[in-house]
Amino acid sequence: MEKILEVNDLHVSFLTYGGEVKAVRGVSFDLHKGETLAIVGESGCGKSVTASSLMKLIPTPPGKISQGSIKFKDRELVNLSDKQMRKIRGVDISMIFQDPMTALNPTLTIGTQLTEGLKQHRNISNKEAKIKALEMLDLVGIPYPEERLKQYPHQFSGGMRQRIVIAIALICEPDLLIADEPTTALDVTIQAQILELFERIQQETNVAIILITHDLGVVAKVADRIAVMYAGKIIESGTKHELFYEPLHPYTQGLLNSIPRLDKKGEKLEPIDGTPPDLFSPPQGCPFTARCPHAMVACEKVYPPRYQASEEHYGECWLYDERVKKYQSS
Amino acid sequence: MDQYTVEKEKQQDPRQESIPSEWFEKVDRDQSNGESVIRPSLSYWQDAWIRLRKNKIAMGGLIFLILLGIMATIGPYLTPYSVGGITLANQNQPPSWDHWFGTDDLGRDVFTRTWYGARISLFVGIMAALIDFSIGVIYGGISGYKGGRTDNVMMRFVEVLYGLPYLLVVILLLVVLGPSLFTIILALTITGWVGMARIVRGQVLQLKNLEFVHASKSFGAKTSRIIKKNLLPNTMGPIIVQMTLTVPTAIFAEAFLSFLGLGIQSPFASWGTMANDALTTILSGHWWRLFFPAFFISATMFAFNVLGDGLQDALDPKLRR
Amino acid sequence: MLKYTIKRFLLMIMTIWIIATLTFVLMNAIPGSPFNEERTSNEAVQANLEAHFNLDQSPLVQYAGYLKSIATFDYGPSIKKPNDSVNDLLSRGFPISAELGIISVTVALLSGVVLGVIAALRHNGIIDYLAMTIAVLGISIPNFVLATLLIQQLSVNAGVLPVATWSSPMHMILPTIALATGPMAIIARLTRSSMLEVLTQDYIKMARAKGLSPMTIIVKHALKNALMPVVTIMGTILAGVLTGTFVIEKIFAIPGMGQYFVESINQRDYPVIMGTTVFYSAFLVVILFIVDITYGFLDPRVKIHKEEGN
Repeated sequence: MEKILEVNDLHVSFLTYGGEVKAVRGVSFDLHKGETLAIVGESGCGKSVTASSLMKLIPTPPGKISQGSIKFKDRELVNLSDKQMRKIRGVDISMIFQDPMTALNPTLTIGTQLTEGLKQHRNISNKEAKIKALEMLDLVGIPYPEERLKQYPHQFSGGMRQRIVIAIALICEPDLLIADEPTTALDVTIQAQILELFERIQQETNVAIILITHDLGVVAKVADRIAVMYAGKIIESGTKHELFYEPLHPYTQGLLNSIPRLDKKGEKLEPIDGTPPDLFSPPQGCPFTARCPHAMVACEKVYPPRYQASEEHYGECWLYDERVKKYQSS
Repeated sequence: MDQYTVEKEKQQDPRQESIPSEWFEKVDRDQSNGESVIRPSLSYWQDAWIRLRKNKIAMGGLIFLILLGIMATIGPYLTPYSVGGITLANQNQPPSWDHWFGTDDLGRDVFTRTWYGARISLFVGIMAALIDFSIGVIYGGISGYKGGRTDNVMMRFVEVLYGLPYLLVVILLLVVLGPSLFTIILALTITGWVGMARIVRGQVLQLKNLEFVHASKSFGAKTSRIIKKNLLPNTMGPIIVQMTLTVPTAIFAEAFLSFLGLGIQSPFASWGTMANDALTTILSGHWWRLFFPAFFISATMFAFNVLGDGLQDALDPKLRR
Repeated sequence: MLKYTIKRFLLMIMTIWIIATLTFVLMNAIPGSPFNEERTSNEAVQANLEAHFNLDQSPLVQYAGYLKSIATFDYGPSIKKPNDSVNDLLSRGFPISAELGIISVTVALLSGVVLGVIAALRHNGIIDYLAMTIAVLGISIPNFVLATLLIQQLSVNAGVLPVATWSSPMHMILPTIALATGPMAIIARLTRSSMLEVLTQDYIKMARAKGLSPMTIIVKHALKNALMPVVTIMGTILAGVLTGTFVIEKIFAIPGMGQYFVESINQRDYPVIMGTTVFYSAFLVVILFIVDITYGFLDPRVKIHKEEGN
């Protein structure tokens, strides 16, 4: 499969009243055509910032990409101007936002909001744009698209709105779709429908999806690969199977233990104690040390090396260092 | 391996190689340590005060108002003259060592009258704000807290009052009641509290249903704690801002009324009456008679406005970082 | 929408009725007013008064007659000007005041919105600070101070513009500036803050994610939403401008209704005070009603919301 996105050592920080917040601290991953990568983490771990910075949509200032590279189809995005980025946004890379209730402009009709991107990027007539819009509404499963085009967002339910947002994102046939918590604001039944829609769309269009979420249930359903973020870093990454069945990092293990499972009846749920560190002054060692049940002195002092468990699967944790086994057995 | 892997390896910390083996000792910790990483938490008010202090313009406003308050208290005693002391021989004297701000057409000392006017203007403004606040909090609080029918009826009444043109009603009342300090404050507050009541009700309604209130309750927090930690900081912001902005509105209204001949009556002075009496000086050139009261009205309103803006930013929980 | 309009209309009628009643009660409560014991010296005026206000009848009949005369826009005679009725004064003065008011509101609205939008787009920049300093100054300086300042500097000292009256476009400049500055400042501040708020909304992010140009985003997506709050305060702005005309007309010797009104207050010409208050109040309440209904048409969300019986 063709590699379409390559992110390397990405650093993003925000200058605020209190100082510099290092929201993303050296994130690397890549993505192939037609693949779904889930980025998982608690709120504030930097996953949404990572997503926005891929399209360079972080507000600048106060935010800035301070280091690293984002290569989209072998083209470096980090040093592109806003004008150049505009030709990529919506055309090559699209984005879906968390809350469908606020993502649509309340004073413009659905039709306008669907077609404006198309008209901006492609030289087409109103009629052609309308045909394409109807096609998209049909694709995302909105009945009576003809009448619906003239309506305003408040006349749709939350699930319907999210479908429309997806239609807007896909209308220019992008190669990459970034979905930032696309189901969080929806009811559980609607969630399932939207996830199914994602799967169907991916089959039909072969679009690559980056799914930002904190919901492991969603991940289990649609992701091919998973990256777990904590305090601005990817601390573990691997295929869905590897990560769910052989989690390396204590944080990933904690996450998995904290969700209810039908197959392990009667087992106690274990929440992870404590809260993530403050990114004003991130710890120099492993950021999870303070909450980690296996913490060692080294964890506090030095960031752990990467342990490669398989070609795709790695975790960044001291526990897998050979010296640890040697020391603790002696 | 390809270039990608090489780059990845560059990220590795060289210190990872040279770690003393005793660092692999497991640390024993009690659970509370998990929380200790968070930066020291400031109370809502400390945090707001720190942010207000950083806002130089708002602090300038605050300092000006404090100085004004001091001068309103002691100013009239700094001169040998009284507020209404007419000395016809001293008509329209320009500022001098004897009369720092000059004298008016009846030979009264403008300096003395300015600070006396400050008392009246500040008194009118602050009393109006306090009365609006008291009525507004009680009315809006009950309306929002009770909800349902009570709320409906109470808000209909507010809506009707809100529709009344404020200054026209004030004028009408003063024509009937006759202007005095008491009637001016009465007229200003009789419909003025409506805005505050609306804000308080909105806040109460919003808070009643907020998730964090339910959350605190379900965690077994005491009611007093909920009020102190959650409700107060979140409601007080808009209310304090509204109060800060009521003061200049009232000061302006008093000046406006003086202009219509419905303000504080001679021999007493308010900035409004002083400015109104001095309007004829546009042509005569006795600029000091208009300048001082006009300057202090404008500066005071400016100070209250920038302080209100500053408070709005400082007290907004959303902006807290 | 229809249900809401009707409800809003009834509220409007009720507010006007309350104002009328309030004026009636207050005027009858004044000791020494022609409505209770004191008779005016002028026989003709007294006869006019008695005829219009049914002074020889019971208070209830007086009240009924008063409401009827208000409903038919007949505000009765003036005490101090025996040859004029309140309606005469209104028909002479109101057009001039309306002209001053409309020009000022238009100027305030246009300049306020432009200033606010520019400030929001240059958020925390020098232009933003400059615009907002001007705005706070505009709010802080009372219109009569600004008016005298303008006359002193531009008319008396520099001699560029005429001192007073309302006889040519040149004469209109200073009164308009004096009256429009305050409302302009309020509109500019509101536009700025609502624009800033709108710019952080998800639908703006979404518009950026579509690759739209900044200009399209601002004009098409941000401005309309940002101006909604401005529409809602237009009632208050108009009320401010209306009372402002009292002051400005007096200072600039403009023969509008405001000047008659101030005069009537000083002379305690009660029927004129009553008539003008009721007329202006009704005028404002009607404007408020129109603004509310317009808002319903501008914001597609309101319609459904109200139809659902809210």
